[in-house]
Amino acid sequence: METFIHLTVAGLTNGMILALAALGFVLIYKATDVINFAQGEFLMVGAYLIYAFIVQFGMPWTVSVVLTLALAVVIGVVVERFVLRPLIGEPIISIIMVTIGLSSLMRAIVSMIWGNQPKAMPPFIPSQPVRLGPAVVTADRLWAIAVAVLMLVLFALFFRYYKEGIAMRAVADDQQAAMSMGISVRRIFAWAWSISAMVAAVAGALVANIVGVGPELAGFGLRVFPVVILGGLDSIPGALLGGIIIGLIESYVGGYVGHGLHQVIAFVVLVLILMVKPYGLFGQERIERV
Amino acid sequence: MPEPNGQPLLQLNNIEVIYDRVILVLKGLSLEVHKGQIVALLGANGAGKTTTLKAISGLLKPERGEVTDGSILYNGEPIQNQYPEDIVRKGIFQVMEGRRIFEHLTVEENLLVGAYTRRDRHNIRKDMDMVYAYFPRLKERRHQVAGYLSGGEQQMLAIGRALMARPRLMLLDEPSLGLAPLLVMEIFNIIKRINQEQGTTILLVEQNANIALQIADYAYIMENGRVVLDGTPEVLRENPDVREFYLGLTEVGKRKSYREVKHYKRRKRWLT
Repeated sequence: METFIHLTVAGLTNGMILALAALGFVLIYKATDVINFAQGEFLMVGAYLIYAFIVQFGMPWTVSVVLTLALAVVIGVVVERFVLRPLIGEPIISIIMVTIGLSSLMRAIVSMIWGNQPKAMPPFIPSQPVRLGPAVVTADRLWAIAVAVLMLVLFALFFRYYKEGIAMRAVADDQQAAMSMGISVRRIFAWAWSISAMVAAVAGALVANIVGVGPELAGFGLRVFPVVILGGLDSIPGALLGGIIIGLIESYVGGYVGHGLHQVIAFVVLVLILMVKPYGLFGQERIERV
Repeated sequence: MPEPNGQPLLQLNNIEVIYDRVILVLKGLSLEVHKGQIVALLGANGAGKTTTLKAISGLLKPERGEVTDGSILYNGEPIQNQYPEDIVRKGIFQVMEGRRIFEHLTVEENLLVGAYTRRDRHNIRKDMDMVYAYFPRLKERRHQVAGYLSGGEQQMLAIGRALMARPRLMLLDEPSLGLAPLLVMEIFNIIKRINQEQGTTILLVEQNANIALQIADYAYIMENGRVVLDGTPEVLRENPDVREFYLGLTEVGKRKSYREVKHYKRRKRWLT
């Protein structure tokens, strides 16, 4: 029972962080139709930024978080303005290739500044032990779950009730029609990229707090694929549920089966689900009236 | 009917539109729309009607089209080649051909998107009720996903969404497209009512010349990128070419003869 609770909490934490990373991915795909292969690098940059502010500049963690988020927004806007906007109207495959290039570029810049060695991060989120039934878990994991849930709820509300959120969904549905409503598609794209970079930075900060920072954090980008494809590329609840499912499965398989199987189990699940539901669990099916 | 005097609300002077820098679509088109009028723009497929509307609304830009000559004046101010978002803010709203509703949004969210450029947020509720008054069927379905509405309801939603922007000039592109005749009547009656009750000026593009001429105050007929004929519906209806080619009428009881085949030549006269 104790192991089970440990594995569940670990799986939920990982799952929530995966869900956040997936959320950034889904945002960009939903609003701009671009599959962003640099999502993992956005997360990594977020982690390094929080490391820089807390460890290198010695700032309090509150200020650091605010600065990290602000910088993430700036990075998102810059990427949209100078990398993606010149490509509006180009074939989607070129845009995807560009995001792959962007990911190499970001990795290179990060290793230029911070080197390739993983760095330890003094935990800035309180990590005293918490009793959970028979098991004891650290508070930072519970905080990570809480923060992730909060972010996901905020985004669900944003897309449901806020004007710009509804406009973003409209752009995703039909760009030209959205333009005819007076929506500036360029502005919506900038919104999508900056929000996505911000969410990735939050995920990065949470990961950094638990495992420290290093270039391998970019690998989250790859781990996000089973999550988004499982949940549906364009679905926010799908990102959440997909994250939780993958996180839990990886954790249970790692704990009970072992032998490195947890590293591939996500992809096994992915294949199985796609055989049954090709749009993912919550993906938008194309509406066809008959 | 409002008198066409004074400065027109919208004036197109000899505009030329080129797509992709090579394809000349509009070749010196001129027309005027006065405040409070319904003006119909008729013509066959490929005449350039939709391009004309897009030139006005700024939607040419994303399609690599450009107004290369002439001017588009709105209230006397040139607006050609501006971004659509700026033109919507000036009070011109285009309802695109084929309805183009946001399929995955609910009816109500579609209407909210229509009000995107509005600054007076507190009046939006009231205007939504106004739209529901014109289209009671939308009210019944307001929480439904718009993609599952019927074609007629989608057209209603497209017009309702335009109303939410409170435009002064509404550009309607083929509102009758793909709808059953009864529904077409219903939609056109509502267009007329919107024009009279809200004072919205309307520029209407239609293939269905018959119904367009019933509600229009003035009409232009386009062919090959320019206007070939214009006048009030009464005048146009009497024109033998319009009767034959746009209204599908021939002299009743007249025998089909070789001479009628030659009408085809008369149509050619317009093209030169």
